[in-house]
Amino acid sequence: MLYREAGQFKTSYAADQSLFPIAQDKWGVLLLLAFAAFAVPMLASEYMLNSILVPFLVFSLAAIGLNILTGYCGQLSLGTGGFMACGAFFAYKLTIAFPEIHIVAIFLLSGLGTAFVGILFGIPSLRIKGFYLAVATLAAQFFLVWMFNKFGWWTNYSPSGVISAPPREVIPGVVVTGTSGTPEAKYLFLLVFVALLALLAKNLVRSRIGRTWMAIRDMDIAAEIIGIRPMFAKLSAFAVSSFFIGISGALWAFCYTGSVEALAFEINRSFQVLFMIIIGGLGSILGSFLGAAFIVLLPLALSNGMLAVDPTISVALVAHIEFMIFGALIVFFLIVEPHGLARLWNLAKEKLRLWPFPY
Amino acid sequence: MRFKSLCIAAAGAALLTTAATVPAPAEAQEQYIPLLVYKSGPYAPNGIPIAQGWEDYLTLINERDGGVGGVKLVWEECDTGYNNDRGVECYERLKRDTAAGIQPLSTGITYALIDRATQDKIPLFTSGYGRTSAAYGPVFPYVFSAPLTYWSGADVITQYIADQEGGSLEGKKIALVYHDSAYGKEPIATLERLAEEEGFELFLFPVAHPGLEQKATWLQIGRQIRPDWVAMWGWGVMNSTAVKEAAAVGYPMDRFIGIWWSGSEPDVIPAGADASGYKALSFHAPGEDYEVLQDVVEYVYGGDAEAAREAAWGQVLYNRGIFLMAMQVEAIRAAQAIHGEGETLTGEQIRDGWEALTLTEETLASLGMDGFTKPVAITCEDHEGGGQAFVQQWDGESWNIISDWYMPRRGPLKEAYKADALAYAAEKGITPRTCE
Repeated sequence: MLYREAGQFKTSYAADQSLFPIAQDKWGVLLLLAFAAFAVPMLASEYMLNSILVPFLVFSLAAIGLNILTGYCGQLSLGTGGFMACGAFFAYKLTIAFPEIHIVAIFLLSGLGTAFVGILFGIPSLRIKGFYLAVATLAAQFFLVWMFNKFGWWTNYSPSGVISAPPREVIPGVVVTGTSGTPEAKYLFLLVFVALLALLAKNLVRSRIGRTWMAIRDMDIAAEIIGIRPMFAKLSAFAVSSFFIGISGALWAFCYTGSVEALAFEINRSFQVLFMIIIGGLGSILGSFLGAAFIVLLPLALSNGMLAVDPTISVALVAHIEFMIFGALIVFFLIVEPHGLARLWNLAKEKLRLWPFPY
Repeated sequence: MRFKSLCIAAAGAALLTTAATVPAPAEAQEQYIPLLVYKSGPYAPNGIPIAQGWEDYLTLINERDGGVGGVKLVWEECDTGYNNDRGVECYERLKRDTAAGIQPLSTGITYALIDRATQDKIPLFTSGYGRTSAAYGPVFPYVFSAPLTYWSGADVITQYIADQEGGSLEGKKIALVYHDSAYGKEPIATLERLAEEEGFELFLFPVAHPGLEQKATWLQIGRQIRPDWVAMWGWGVMNSTAVKEAAAVGYPMDRFIGIWWSGSEPDVIPAGADASGYKALSFHAPGEDYEVLQDVVEYVYGGDAEAAREAAWGQVLYNRGIFLMAMQVEAIRAAQAIHGEGETLTGEQIRDGWEALTLTEETLASLGMDGFTKPVAITCEDHEGGGQAFVQQWDGESWNIISDWYMPRRGPLKEAYKADALAYAAEKGITPRTCE
């Protein structure tokens, strides 16, 4: 009954094509956003905001980026870490060189720069597919991290190759980067920023360009026959995906850790984001958020939960049990629902439409 | 089937909501010390003995002295796995106003925490690691890197090599094998400066994390470049791999010197007999013959030296844990002398203790550390405190002190700290405080 649609009539094309065609969905998302924007900053502790919600939002953005490329366009990529590094280092160089540019513009510019790099490394996708492409994007991962690590120019010749985010204001008096910003300010800034970019992504994948991506993903030869240009579709997917990933890398360095070395964007980071979209659901914006929540929150929930139950338990034991349970849960979820958490949510919705009188 | 998966999803969601339980606050007249440890992950063999030394020293202070000035020490641990993200998370989880200070035990985590700890007014103690230029107090009021930094370590290594070469390094070849991270890159600038001043040639060999792949590095060192000396900035499994690979290409072990993080038992024992003759720096003595270590056996292990040995007692990294925690406890004591004996102090007050921390030969002796380490005196401007280091050598059985204590040539070093710190301040828009 929760999802009863009786009486919800659409009388215009616009209503029919709206982002959330079911009224309950629309109100649910609005309520969730309102809760996240107004209640969470008041209720959540500093730890919750700083170490759980902020990385969750940053990773959600990275997962959206990779989901556009892999989930919607079918181009397997292992270069996420490298593109995140691009975003972080571009943003650092830009903001140090031009302190007067607004921080939002810096993030968008570093996203654009990363989009350009993404196009360069997307060129092999015109000739190769699948696992072969994954190996080609590995080159991006290793090359980019190596480059940022190797050349001192990227870090303004810092002796240890670490960049550190200068404090920048989003509106006068509200610092959102570095560590001088309050956790609430950072969280709200990220919430708005990520929500807007997620809206952009959601609309992109519903638009003509998103349909060309999905056509290429489902069968590239058929797509070409009906008039889709594979070069444009694939390279635009690489560009848009890298744009999102680049911004998330910049946010990671600027809003989460505050200072970062190239090593933070190693291949493990790529795997982490790839697991997020696989577990969350390929080809789903909601899945990007669910996957990021699973990968970021679950290990912390496990270790905090174990310590809450028994504070005397050894931390080494907790760390090892955490690995075991986390690994087992990944396997379990993939066996139960290979299409990810987003698919589980869809199933739940379908059930709820009929509940409590299924037929 | 579908209902089952729904139930599972619901259970998963319920699990997620149990996140972030905040531990109960410390009671009055207790001083809380958050411990960032790593007992899991690739660097655990090195992280475990240090954490053990920390805990044993804290227990010793509570058992033997009844705490610091009557204030019991309490602590809580969080496992970082030597991972920067988890380190930040652990810091956020453990931090409180009354936290006496944090030792991140990782240069990467230190970099991520410098700004945060300064913001939260919690002293950050990074002994012999971390950001070197943070030793310049006016820009980094909450970071303490006593007794030595990586740059002074690099200086001591070149001094020692020069002594072995009869006083001059002119025309010599020195290779640096380093962990390709913030940690390993720290000494490069100093070594490059010294190479120019002393006329030796420097070769750089980065090794990627975690450091298991060094075949090509050592073939080049052993067969092509044949440097007169090799210095190493390694940590964890990288060290024992390097020792084995050096032996495999026949590089003479007694011309191979590690920094203090590359000179402990887990580094040489896996390499077996090959490791004999390998050298490393240290700023505290190895071995068991010190009063403080005997006290640990008596008060912590109830006189059972065998049980203590099983917990790594007497090993280099365990002793380092003792040394690091002793410094922190003395900083608390110094802070109590300023802000009131027998009281629970805030991180901000304990910071004042750090800046007044003076360990003379007499205080060291009263701590049971006679001959264990050298005096340190921290001031507002100098957060390094003028410590000294020596060279130790592995003879196949144990680490032995083989050189005098070396004092780093701190004149040019301090200039370099200051220049780097001021560049950082300019980037961040920080106005350095004045030290009066």
